[in-house]
Amino acid sequence: MHRILNPKTGATVLLLGNEAIARGALEAGVSFATCYPGTPSSEIPLVFFQIKREIDDFYFEYSTNEKVALETAAGAAAAGVRTMCTLKHVGLNVAADPLMTLAYVGVKAGLVIVNADDPSLFSSQNEQDNRFYARLSGLPMLEPTSPADAKELVKDAYLISEQTELPVLFRTTTRINHAREGVKLGRLGKRSLKGKFTKNPMYWVQVPAVARERHKDLLRRGEMARKLSNESPHNQISGRGRLGIITSGVSVNYVRDAVNDLGLKNKVKILKLGFTWPLPDQKIVRFLKGVDKVLVVEELEPVLETDVRALAQAKGLMVPIDGKSVKPFSRLYEYDPGMVREAIARYFQIDYQPPKKLNLTKVPPLPARPPNLCPGCGHRSTYYAVKKVLGEGAVYPTDIGCYTLGLLPPFKIADYLICMGSSVSSSGGFSRALPDTPVVAFIGDSTFFHSGITGLVNAVHNNHNFTLIILDNGTTAMTGHQPHPGVNPEHFGDTTTHVDIEKLVRGLGIEQVYTVNPRNVNKVTQLVEQTTKEPGVSVIIAREMCALLAARLAPPKKKLVFEIDQSKCKQHRDCLRLFACPAFYLDGERVKINPNLCIGCTVCSQVCPERAIKPKAAA
Amino acid sequence: MSATRVVFVGVGGQGNLLASNLLGQAALAAGQNAVVSEIHGMAQRGGVVESAVLIGDVTSPIVSPAEADVLVGFEPAETLRTAIKANRNTTIITSTSPLPPFTVAIGAGVYPEVDEALVSLGKQVRKLIAFDGQALAEEAGNPQSLNMVMLGALAATNTVPVPVKHIKKVIKEGTKAKLLESNLKAFDLGYKAAAAAM
Repeated sequence: MHRILNPKTGATVLLLGNEAIARGALEAGVSFATCYPGTPSSEIPLVFFQIKREIDDFYFEYSTNEKVALETAAGAAAAGVRTMCTLKHVGLNVAADPLMTLAYVGVKAGLVIVNADDPSLFSSQNEQDNRFYARLSGLPMLEPTSPADAKELVKDAYLISEQTELPVLFRTTTRINHAREGVKLGRLGKRSLKGKFTKNPMYWVQVPAVARERHKDLLRRGEMARKLSNESPHNQISGRGRLGIITSGVSVNYVRDAVNDLGLKNKVKILKLGFTWPLPDQKIVRFLKGVDKVLVVEELEPVLETDVRALAQAKGLMVPIDGKSVKPFSRLYEYDPGMVREAIARYFQIDYQPPKKLNLTKVPPLPARPPNLCPGCGHRSTYYAVKKVLGEGAVYPTDIGCYTLGLLPPFKIADYLICMGSSVSSSGGFSRALPDTPVVAFIGDSTFFHSGITGLVNAVHNNHNFTLIILDNGTTAMTGHQPHPGVNPEHFGDTTTHVDIEKLVRGLGIEQVYTVNPRNVNKVTQLVEQTTKEPGVSVIIAREMCALLAARLAPPKKKLVFEIDQSKCKQHRDCLRLFACPAFYLDGERVKINPNLCIGCTVCSQVCPERAIKPKAAA
Repeated sequence: MSATRVVFVGVGGQGNLLASNLLGQAALAAGQNAVVSEIHGMAQRGGVVESAVLIGDVTSPIVSPAEADVLVGFEPAETLRTAIKANRNTTIITSTSPLPPFTVAIGAGVYPEVDEALVSLGKQVRKLIAFDGQALAEEAGNPQSLNMVMLGALAATNTVPVPVKHIKKVIKEGTKAKLLESNLKAFDLGYKAAAAAM
């Protein structure tokens, strides 16, 4: 049995925040879940994927992208099935179109949209603050403070969703998703996949005449949610004193610890917000009336700060309110306990000396340790071949996945990236604006399905001119090897249906479509030369399974590894300088291959001009 | 402040996250409050991996600069890089076997002489314990058991309020049968190495 299905009610187990959210969903009786994986949210659906065959009355899917995931979830929730949809913050941008009108439409059974923000951009392209989405859409938002709190809050999210008939946004940040703590298990809820849908086009079909009325419903439900927020135990005033702090999310912990550390327990009153939209206006006003000065502690944008100031103004309250202007608070990056302690001490004029730092001037400069494409990674072979043909003479729009690491030396084969799918669409712009420069775009297989296809249709229709290389490694590798429509479902023990990338691309009417094994350097080289000379859109599918996944699916019994014949090596070091597999290392002046890292992909032997790299004779 | 803040740092593949997770479980089993945090994402691809375990009267999941009570480094250059988390009262435990990043092999960086820097660092903190943890992992019969060596060393320093028996118990519960013997041996070797240096 999967450990998340642990039936020991009342037991306390160490759970990752994402596992706690999944457990909370199961305790709430969630029977339907969708997602597109994205760090830091990915372990929630991973749990669902792992348990879906272990339990009855439970459906889970990895959807093609977040818009599809939310629309699929919306259908299930409209038909009366308790549903969860998980995504990362930028994923909600993809799903923003359905979100805004789903707010009018509402749900019949609870729908919770788990949205994971990523302050400090640990694994994201921006650090947007998705609390604005609650304000934009008018949907309720809940924000947990820790894994244990998250599990309980998820359960209440379903009650709120069903009371208001609105989807609920459940916003986390990385430090909630990827923290672990003791979580007390509750009883698993009763699941049901037997929905019921009552037809009513004047309610469900959002044409202008209907939507005008349904907007009124949204406002009415928003007022209902405001009442619930004012009454919610998740919006809690604690402590005594005339100094006030308003906070939410992970910052609640930093505030709690700082107040203890600074000995302010009887001087500070804290308003912790867990039900953060609609704001509990009455509770906030009551809080403001009981303090002399207020500090708002929140990461990223001054969202609460601005709202609390507006509320004070509306009520004619003169209490000073501050947040982002108190050093070292910032709109950039995540907070930490020391920062919060320092800001609280400064704002309330408490004597405080931060811990003294060590003198680290004698630490020598340290070499950077960026993440790297793995030994045997097909992306490296593709990049090597493309760079060999075109060098710096082409523009390389890239996309989101492991292969974004092509940005780093020695390849430096990433020139432009904004979001999922932008490689394909931006190539249309580059190729029109730079008619004399070849444009070669890279996109992964999962990202291609996510949002590359529409861009490619556009490129065909509008006669753009570029080569698209689809790096097909048979999985969504970056986020932990999830399946997607193009994979072999058997590799994932799944019964979904395979969608063939080559047939799909040919179906768009593209004639120059080539599927190639990227380990065949000559073939890739020749195809890149050919396709960049021909006008129009061409597609190369570089297909080689992710080396990590391949090793996991079928661990080789007898591993072929390569070695360098030192008598033939003339120290060109092309292997290091141009190919840069992590299995190479320098032993004094000689390049060697670490047999523990080499997976025998053969590509380096094609790179060496002296043909000095050969399979190691069996021991 | 009755809280203990432990920072683990290493390189993807060294098992740092498992070590922090086990320590968190052991603390919980010992009746302590524990919060663990980690940064995922690129761990499998050779980058730096840092995690933290906070035990006691504390709910914040991360450790600010100069606020670690214990710093456990699986690789000497990464220990030096993470020394910003240490202060005068910190105990630092580090393995000395280097794992040069790929930037060194391609000439984009130089792997430094770490011994001298570690000695200088050791003079500024409560205690610095340095030994070749990788050699001990290999002696234990499993090169992948460096994380157990470092957990054993941490246990020997008496810096965390978690009894050895609880750590060993979670190791036993969380390890596959064929690796159990080598993992426990690695733990004991790490324990002895650090105890000898105390």
